Amino acid sequence: MHPEKWIRTDKYGLYCKALNAYIDPMQPVEHAIITHAHADHARAGHKHVYATAQTLDIMRVRYGVDHAVHFHPLKYEETISLGKGKLTLYPAGHILGSAQVLIEYKGQRLVHTGDCKRQADDTCEPFVPIPCDIFVTEATFGLPVFQHPPIESETQKLLASLERLPESCHLVGVYALGKCQRLLLALRKLGYHKPVYIHGALLNLCNLYREHGIELGELIEVSSLADLSVLKGQIVLAPPSALADRWSRKLPNVMTAMASGWMQIRARSKQKRAELPLIISDHSDWQDLITTIKEVNPKEVWVTHGREQALVHQAQKMGYKAKALSLVGYGDDDEDSYSKSDKKISSNSKEAN
Amino acid sequence: MQKFADLVDNLYYLNSNNAKAELILEYLSTTPDPDRGWAIAAIAGTLNFEFFKRRTVKDIIVERVDPILFDLSYDYVGEMSETVAHLWSTTLDEPIDPNTSLPSLSNVVTQFSSLPKLSIKLYLISLLNIMSPTQRWALLKLGTRGLRIGVSARFLKKILARYGAQRNPLITIEDIERVWHGVQPPYTDLLAWLDNKSDMPDISNKLTFQPVMLAHPIDDNTLNNIKPELWQAEWKFDGIRAQLVSNHTGTALFSRNGDDISHSFPDLIASIEANPIEGRFDGELVALESNSTALQANSEVDYNQIASFNRLQQRLNKKKPSKALIQSTPVGLIIYDALQIGKDDTRELSLQKRSQLIKTLLEPAKTKNKPAQDRPNLFASEKLKFASTADLLDLKEKASKLSNGYIEGIMLKRKDAIYVAGRPKGQWYKLKRDPKLIDAVIMYAQRGHGKRSSFYSDFTFGCWQEDILLPIGKAYSGFTDEELKKLDTWVRRNTLGRFGPVKEVKKELVFEIAFDAVAPSNRHKSKVALRFPRIHRIRWDKPANEADKLSTLIDMIEG
Repeated sequence: MHPEKWIRTDKYGLYCKALNAYIDPMQPVEHAIITHAHADHARAGHKHVYATAQTLDIMRVRYGVDHAVHFHPLKYEETISLGKGKLTLYPAGHILGSAQVLIEYKGQRLVHTGDCKRQADDTCEPFVPIPCDIFVTEATFGLPVFQHPPIESETQKLLASLERLPESCHLVGVYALGKCQRLLLALRKLGYHKPVYIHGALLNLCNLYREHGIELGELIEVSSLADLSVLKGQIVLAPPSALADRWSRKLPNVMTAMASGWMQIRARSKQKRAELPLIISDHSDWQDLITTIKEVNPKEVWVTHGREQALVHQAQKMGYKAKALSLVGYGDDDEDSYSKSDKKISSNSKEAN
Repeated sequence: MQKFADLVDNLYYLNSNNAKAELILEYLSTTPDPDRGWAIAAIAGTLNFEFFKRRTVKDIIVERVDPILFDLSYDYVGEMSETVAHLWSTTLDEPIDPNTSLPSLSNVVTQFSSLPKLSIKLYLISLLNIMSPTQRWALLKLGTRGLRIGVSARFLKKILARYGAQRNPLITIEDIERVWHGVQPPYTDLLAWLDNKSDMPDISNKLTFQPVMLAHPIDDNTLNNIKPELWQAEWKFDGIRAQLVSNHTGTALFSRNGDDISHSFPDLIASIEANPIEGRFDGELVALESNSTALQANSEVDYNQIASFNRLQQRLNKKKPSKALIQSTPVGLIIYDALQIGKDDTRELSLQKRSQLIKTLLEPAKTKNKPAQDRPNLFASEKLKFASTADLLDLKEKASKLSNGYIEGIMLKRKDAIYVAGRPKGQWYKLKRDPKLIDAVIMYAQRGHGKRSSFYSDFTFGCWQEDILLPIGKAYSGFTDEELKKLDTWVRRNTLGRFGPVKEVKKELVFEIAFDAVAPSNRHKSKVALRFPRIHRIRWDKPANEADKLSTLIDMIEG
């Protein structure tokens, strides 16, 4: 039976009738399959949650141990029966624990990528192309202007600036989940072994990554410092919301950087007042979106969110049947939506201080 | 060219003025002529020719990439040069070699200015093929004279003064201002002087612009404490501020930014050359009704003869106006002030004295009883009588009723004020008449440009005629950044359809629109056009069917 008959969108998100479950629903539901733990995909309050163990761990850190009633941790490539169909998770390469969702029902295979990336990332399992009939993909950076350079060269830009301006505190805006840890790893790989200073809102997730065996090197919380002048010439990581916040005003001689795929667009950097834009993204860029479609070679391409019009056009040009699902609420137009929950954490951590 | 691209790229991102200044000073002292002079011209916006047309840039990119993907990309990025800079990479078979050396900036400028038209496109393509996205962006911005990197011409002149003062402590910003409009890119004479290697460039034989004096909006406290005997009041006309220079070398008209606009107003220039008046005058250029003689014939000015700003705009847009246009829409200059009369610099005199001199100067032209076409189209600005703040407020009210609404308000100037370039405190004030207001429904939204790129920030709105909304105008401003985000989300959630970059939205949200005047026009189906519309308030609370009717707006047309 064609998946159009057993999958639809409604106000909660993408609903799979065959499994009687939603994928990344916006509001509490009975059965939720969660692709990854970013706040715009993983919400609290579901009854049953199906996700990787890592994703469930992160959700526990962010929402508390009782954010759902029943937890169903799945290993990558482990197939379970759910409703009338079958469910399998595969690595998506986006962040720790991120998964693509394979749904099999009545001879049809549908793969939903969640958010995904093809660039190397030592903080998570790499993306694998899964053959399928319907390929449901994101298009966050679905325009040919988006060309993500390797993370090494962008991280090098940060180190070069640090060398040129040894008196400046380099404050880098990073999303608390994924980007922060990936940038830390990239810095270490390039031989930067000094302590990295972090905003309190980043601490819990960094500790969680460490528990999962990802070494981040020495981290020092900014709030533990008695004298902030030691931050001259150092790297400070903070959630994007803290860049323009009062919090950053007390830092000495700040050079503001921002690590995000949006930094490719000049006006976006200006909107964030980033003086040192670092184009580091946990999403596929345009070329990688196209490469992925080619490799998966499905019968149809459905696009969930982002610049869907362009990717649908491109997929059709490549000979695929394609359509946009126009799901609202994910990433909207900005990765900023991730930071909503980080803000919550940051206010919590302020209380704790 | 690498160094220039790095410079403008860094300037673009820096927020601190000090850091920008440091960067430019370093560039000036480490870059040879004529490259650094061309860079100054590029930043100050004084390059007097385009390397290529925006059209050419668009042509060569759509020849190479899918036009639909180009449109979507451009719509998203909100800026042509940057869109092309990135998309160009997708047209190359292999990544560019970052070690390729590029021609020097002056070489690029020379090539583009001397190559035959047909070769320009090929040369541009050859450069784009070897450049990084940042360098492409810099070249395209430079070549289309659209370089906006948060360094104003005034700020650059301050930096040049600092550069000069480091070598010759006597050099000041005023010196730079005085010679600035008499020197040309690549500014080798200017830079030689700043390097203390030659004298100040001599500009006495040139028809040049001098920076004008500007006013502050008046606050209630100042207004309530105005002492009438110390202040001079005049109408604030809604034309364009212009500077007229006339001496033995010729006559020229400049806009307040120093652009030479003489070519658009040959009738005005001719009327002055026929009746030589030497000096430098600061005034308001206004369009007049055809065959209007009222302004010339009487000392009493008939403000009903002033035509709408739209008509003046038509004149401004024509580099070579037709005879018919000149006849149907003549122009005149209402003289507010003088920087020089005859050979004498009057800037150090009091305003009161300057006003008397202007009156005397314009007097003979009037009394000679010449036919209208033989007199210069110059008029002294009327001095308004007032004895109290209440009188001023009455005058402000009157401003709305006079001259079809083409008086914007009143100006208040200290009688003892000397003429100072820039916006000195406490000398000149403007008191604008209150805006008119109307409730309109938003109909279409478009993404903004520049700082607002990718946000839906440009709105078309309309008023009701029966049960149909007719568009009356567009507005881009008047809301806060917070409101902008809210509006952007609202547009995304309430989209009905798309026409290229334009989104049609549900007819549910009401804006209170403020505007200065409304005039008949053929631009919109509604047959009206608003002058300077801006969003005054967003009426999240107001149902769309309670927005204003078009007839209400038509009733507000004056004259």
